[in-house]
Order: sequence, then C-alpha cells, then structure tokens
Amino acid sequence: MSSQDIPEENLPSEQGDAHDGAVATTADPFADPGLPPHEHRVQDIDERAAKRSERVIAFLFLLSMLATVGFIASYVALPVDKIIYVYPIGHVSALNFSLGLTLGVALFCIGAGAVHWARTLMSDVEVADDRHPISAEPEVKAKVLADFKAGAEESAFGRRKLIRNTMFGALALVPLSGVVLLRDLGPLPGTKLRHTRWSAGKLLINQNTNQPLRPEDISVGSLTFAVPEGMKEDDHDFQQEVAKAALMIVRIQPENIKDKKELDWSADGIVAYSKICTHVGCPISLYEQQTHHVLCPCHQSTFDLSDGGRVIFGPAGHALPQLRIKVNEKGYLEALGDFAEPVGPSFWERG
Amino acid sequence: MSTESSNRKAPAGERVADWADGRLGIYGLAKANMRKIFPDHWSFMLGEVCLYSFIIIILTGVYLTLFFHPSMQEVTYHGSYVPMQGMKMSDAFQSTLHISFDVRGGLLIRQIHHWGALIFLAGMFVHMMRVFFTGAFRKPREINWLFGFLLFVLGMFTGFTGYSLPDDLLSGTGVRFMEGAILSVPIIGTYISMFLFGGEFPGSDFVPRFFSIHVLLLPGIMLGLLVAHLILVFYHKHTQFPGPGRTNKNVVGMPLLPVYMAKAGGFFFLVFGVIAAIAAIATINPIWAIGPYRPDQVSTGAQPDWYMGFSEGLIRVMPGWEINLWGHTLVLGVFIPLMIIFPLVLASIAVYPFIESWVTGDKREHHLLDRPRNAPTRTAFGAAWISWYFVLLVGGGNDLWATHFHLSINAITWFVRIGFFVVPVLVFIATRRICLGLQRRDRDKVLHGRESGIIKRLPHGEFVEVHEPLSQEQLHTLTAHDQPKPLEAGPEVDENGVERKIGRTTKLRVKLSKGFYGEGTQIPKPTAEEYEEITSGHGHH
Repeated sequence: MSSQDIPEENLPSEQGDAHDGAVATTADPFADPGLPPHEHRVQDIDERAAKRSERVIAFLFLLSMLATVGFIASYVALPVDKIIYVYPIGHVSALNFSLGLTLGVALFCIGAGAVHWARTLMSDVEVADDRHPISAEPEVKAKVLADFKAGAEESAFGRRKLIRNTMFGALALVPLSGVVLLRDLGPLPGTKLRHTRWSAGKLLINQNTNQPLRPEDISVGSLTFAVPEGMKEDDHDFQQEVAKAALMIVRIQPENIKDKKELDWSADGIVAYSKICTHVGCPISLYEQQTHHVLCPCHQSTFDLSDGGRVIFGPAGHALPQLRIKVNEKGYLEALGDFAEPVGPSFWERG
Repeated sequence: MSTESSNRKAPAGERVADWADGRLGIYGLAKANMRKIFPDHWSFMLGEVCLYSFIIIILTGVYLTLFFHPSMQEVTYHGSYVPMQGMKMSDAFQSTLHISFDVRGGLLIRQIHHWGALIFLAGMFVHMMRVFFTGAFRKPREINWLFGFLLFVLGMFTGFTGYSLPDDLLSGTGVRFMEGAILSVPIIGTYISMFLFGGEFPGSDFVPRFFSIHVLLLPGIMLGLLVAHLILVFYHKHTQFPGPGRTNKNVVGMPLLPVYMAKAGGFFFLVFGVIAAIAAIATINPIWAIGPYRPDQVSTGAQPDWYMGFSEGLIRVMPGWEINLWGHTLVLGVFIPLMIIFPLVLASIAVYPFIESWVTGDKREHHLLDRPRNAPTRTAFGAAWISWYFVLLVGGGNDLWATHFHLSINAITWFVRIGFFVVPVLVFIATRRICLGLQRRDRDKVLHGRESGIIKRLPHGEFVEVHEPLSQEQLHTLTAHDQPKPLEAGPEVDENGVERKIGRTTKLRVKLSKGFYGEGTQIPKPTAEEYEEITSGHGHH
C-alpha cells in the first residue's frame, strides 16, 4: 500500500492533535488515545550524531571487506592440516578457525551495518495501514457460485453419471501403478529375521584376535565378543550378518546360574548370548561383573545373564536369546546350532 | 506509456522496470507490497531466524553435495586422517572424512550446515511458541499454523535423514533404532523395513535412499510450504500487540522499503555470521572421533540431535510390554511410544487452533495478539505441553543425567514415567494461577495507578505509598483485550415448555467452554464505572 492510502489522522503531523482530543471528548476512561506522537531520535535533530552513525555504519562495512580479505588470505596461506591451540577451546584446525571467524565477521558486519542504518538513519515514523477482511464480499461470492454452477452444468458432470463414475474409477486405479513399482525396493521378509550365520559345529571366533576361542581364554568377570567362524569383514553381507550373529560370552560359576536351561546350554559355566538388544537392536556392551547384569547403552535395558538373559529393567520386551554351545574334542568352543528364536527387536511374525 | 508522451528519456533503472512490468506486471505487485507495513516486536524476528537458517542450510548443503558420496560401498581408508588409516568404512563415511580433513573450508561448511540445522529446528520451536502463546494462530491464520507445523515436522525428519548420511557409529545406531521402531508395526512392519533398507538392516541402500529424501524430496516440499507460509504472512498482514492506535482493523509499523528491507536483510547476515562463528569455534558431530558404523558396536552416551530427544525419551521410559498371541507378536513397548504417542504429541500442536475456535465459537478475525496472561487456559495448555516435552527430554538423556548428577538411572526413569502424567497437570494448574495473578496485578494497576516508590507520612503518623495514575496509553493497552464469555447450552425446555434436545457434542462443547472461560479462569477487567468510582476522589491516595 502506498503512502497515499494512509489515513490523514495517522500521519505524524496530525497525531499530536488527535492525541489530546481523543481523551477529552470521550466518556470511556480506557479509550484508545490513538498513535502516540513521534519522538525524534538524536540523529533526527542533531546532524553531528547522524554523521557519527554514518561513520559507524561505514566502518562496519569496511570491517566486513577486511574480513573477506582475511578469509581469502587464510584460505591461501594456512595448510589444511595445521592444528593450533586456542584458549579456551583447545586444539583446533587453524584453517577452520580462521575461515569461520573471518567469514563470521564479514557477514555479521554487513548485518550490523544494515540494522544500525535502519535504526538510526532511516525514518522511524510509525504509520498505520488499513486491514481488509480476508473473505470476499457477498457479491463476489455470489458471482463465483453462479460461475461454478454454470461450469458444472455445462460439463454435465452431475447429469451423466456414467462418465463421472468411470472417471473416478480410472483416477483411483492409476496410482496403483506407482505403488506396484515400489515392490522392488527390497525382498520380502520371508524368514530372514529368524536365521543367523550360526549353525551346528561352527567355532566361536574371538572378535579381537580372530582366533577360535577356548574355554581357558574366558575368565570369570570378563566380557568377550565373538562371531561365527567363516565370517570376514570383506564379505559383501558382513554388516547385515554381524547385525544378527554378534555374540557376547561370559563365564559364570555353574552354581551361580539360576536358570536350568541356561545351565544346560552352557559349557563349563561359559554362556553365550546374542549381543543384539531385544528392544530396538543396539549392541549391548556394558557388563557388571559381580551381578552378571548387562546393560544396553542406548536405552538402558538391563538383562540378567545368570538368569536366562531375563529383562530386569528398561524397555526391552523379552529375554536375550541364548546360543547353545559346547567344548569340542579339540578343546574349542563351538555352537550346537542356530539361536532357537529370532535375535534382535521383536516383530509381528516373531510369535 | 506516459513517459514517452512527455518526451523525456526515462533513467535506465526505470526502463528496466518498465520492461519487466510489461511482461510481469511488477508495478501492481510493488504498489501493494513495496511500502507494506510491518509491526515491530522482538519476538517477530524468531520466524526470520528460521527463514534465514533454512537458506543457509540450502546454500551449504548444495556445497556439501559436491564432495559427498552417498554410497555404502565398503572401502579401506587411506586418507590424511592418520588414526583411521587402514580402517574399513563406507564410501559415505570416507567422503565425510575427506570433506572434514582434505577439502579446505569443507569442515567449516559441514559445521555451518549442522549448526544451522539445529538452529533452524530450535528457531521453529520457539517461533511456534511465540505464535501459540500470543494467539496468533487464530482466524484467519489457522492454515498458516498448519504450514508452519508441517515445516517443523518435516524439518525433524530432514534433520534425521541428514545426520544419518555420514554412516558413522552414532547415527547408524539411530537408524537401527528407527528400524526397530518400524519392525514393531503390526502386520506390515517387516515388509516396510525390508523395502526401506533394500533387504536386511543395514544393507547397502539406506544412505543413497536417505540422500535423495534429504536433499530432494523433503527440502522440495519444505521450500513449497515455506513460500506458501510467507505468501500468507504477506496476504494476512502481520499481527500486532494491542496499544495506542493499534486496532484489529489496522497494522501499525514501518514500511518494507526501506526499514524492513534493511532490518530483515541485515538480520540474514547477522544470523549467517553468528552461525559461521559458532562453526569456527564449536565442533559438531566429530565423526572422526566416533568411527564408522558397525551394527555390533556402540558407544555409551548415544544421543540423537536435540529435536529427536523427546522420541528417545518416550522409548526409554516405556515399559517393555509385548503380547504374544496366535503366533504373532504385538510389540507394544515400542509401538505405543513411537507409532502412537509420538504422532499424537505432534498432532496435538497441529489441531489446537481448531479445538480452540470450536470451543470458543469465535468466528471473528483476530489481528491483535493476546498477552499470554490474558488467555490463561491457552497459556496453561502451552506450558503443560512444553513441560511434557522437557520431561521426555530428561528421559531421552537419562544416562547423561545419571552420570552428570550421580543419580540412579532407574530412579530417573521412574521419575519420567510418573512425571509424564503428573508434571503437565501441575504445570497447567500453576501456570493458570500465575496468569490470574498477573491479571490481578494489571487490574490493580489500572484502578490504583502504578507504585511510585514515594512514601508519604500522614499527619497522624501513617505511612502510605503514593500511587501515580497511568497514562491514557497504558490504560488503553491494559484493558484492550477481550474477555470471552463461556458458551451456554440454552434452557432445557423451550418457551412452550417442550423439552429441547441438547446433543452430546453441544454438551461437551459447553463444558469445555466453561473450562476455558468459566468462573475462576479470568479476573474481570476493570470497568469504566469502577475506574470512575475509585478515581473520583474518596479513598484516593
């Protein structure tokens, strides 16, 4: 809206009078006194102050230019791997630090200059603009409705129902092609989530040493991670296989194992449990030696490894699956089969 | 053209404008908008912070796509970051290391991008609070509230898909979390998971897929919504606080050209400058310290970015309910918090304007903002929602609370479980009372004037404080707000003695309306009579 549309009484020159008049003539003590008179800033009346503002703004813009030069200079001069010590941040990349600060100053000074300009030198006279109702006038609405009616009648949309219904049918069906095309985003789940790489006779390989584990490698109070024999980090499917097969092994005095099945599935007090939390699948990695509790660091589900991997705290819904193991004739730990139940988070088909 | 008839050669700028006007009609647009009035208040710039950080994210994001490889191809690292040489990692992780250590300024742009995202989300959160607590979402702006809400929700998911791209150990844990949540969906959960990851988790597809969602799909939708949001701001004209000369029918402030052009344009540079400086001095998401993702590894203290924290809280404190029936598993412990409560928490924000307008039966346009105290029930709802959100943030960081404050993690979890239900109620009650207290204070101020701090001793020894009457401006400002009356259901029997049927929804509506505006929910604002009575002389000091 241009300034011509502003009501007369809101122009600054009129405001002083309106201000005094409104109070005197009204009976309502809370009546709107109208816009307060404009108060001049020091820059409006003192040309020296205005000049000072001008110099400040120009200085800020100049500083911005210098900072941009600094930015380019540091880009050219500083090696990308130079580390410097900056108090109190610590050791940082010299290039990142100088580029960021010079860029920050270059940008900030443009902003500060513009805002200072607007606040001190541009007019700060408040003006009022009228609002208009958002909804249309009744005549406009009547015209639109009439137009729509005419258009709808001309199309015979309501009269020829066969056309309408078949069109709806066609429009409803055509997106199905798009849905069908999404089918090849991935395979069907099948029983993929039920099986892991473990099977009868597979040795337990220590993840740190890549050597088969013997019972004597595992001492009471330690937590050992293992994968099935034959898995290599170079395998193309290593990530999704290790996401299911990861195993943690602890040793518990057999008399401290409370669960009978757990004792049956252990070997010399060595028990092997899935490392993948049954909540949403984080790898469990915190072990409390005295109590044989393990804690998932993501959501703090806590399982008791001396009692069938039972959940004792947190949001997990069921016990950790245990892997049945034995010591084979060569003295190595080996699996007696796959996990008896799916590992990791629950899903609808799990049962 | 009139300029030709006057035989004057127009200046070059005008000739360019004429050319454009002949094709685009820019003079008509400029007539309506060039001197458009914008009211001034510090809280109105919160939305600007969001707009500018969005632009900054787009600019820096385009730069990052020049160097980032959205690929999960396994490679062995041989780059310049010595501690990771020889390690196996995905190409995505390797290229992120390359951006951070080999591309000059790459780390800076990466950090500006990530900091910008955090500030964008935080800005939207605070901007929405401003709009909520001042009632700026009322007619005619409900649809713009929905646009803003969608921007916030899409922003969360754009952020999530973005920080998952480097395929580092921390974000991979977050993606695993998401997979667990998807698996909990009854019947179709495993199918969605297989289709999303192109097979079993993690597979080798999710980084390229998240990449196109993150750089194309979601920002494209957001850009459209953002433009629509701004068009509506222009079309509705900005709201303003009540005050002398400010009515529901006008908008008082300064014109777009030049003042807002300079202030808003300048503010873009201020926001950009501050974010650049933050990126210079504060490291964010140091993936080189976290390492590449392996599904069998995790670090402690794993936290999502802050805006996902409340969903983390929901999942951490939910009891692990699981129902096994007829060979199927219903994973309530994951499904309820993430697939039911999470959308509900968000949807409650989206629908609030419609609930309030239904309860109040108010069909008028509102361009004057409420002071939060003058809408106690709304303010109390907002405060309760925020307290709920913060309780869940505590739950999402329960491990950090435990280690930093030496508390029991079990105790914190139980506090959040109980607080989830109790804290919002307490905050609701407390907020409403505080609002009423502030209303009382305003009323006293109007009727008795402001405390001047001058103590006067009366002849008989009594000390009194001199109150000074308020100016006309202040009197008007403090009494300009509406005090809606609760809806009435009408009499049970009509004038002929016939029983009227009152529907159940009407009854509910009347009841809610009483809860919003009935007795004890607002302090009656001073009337002219009360004011005359008190200021006319007797008992005045």
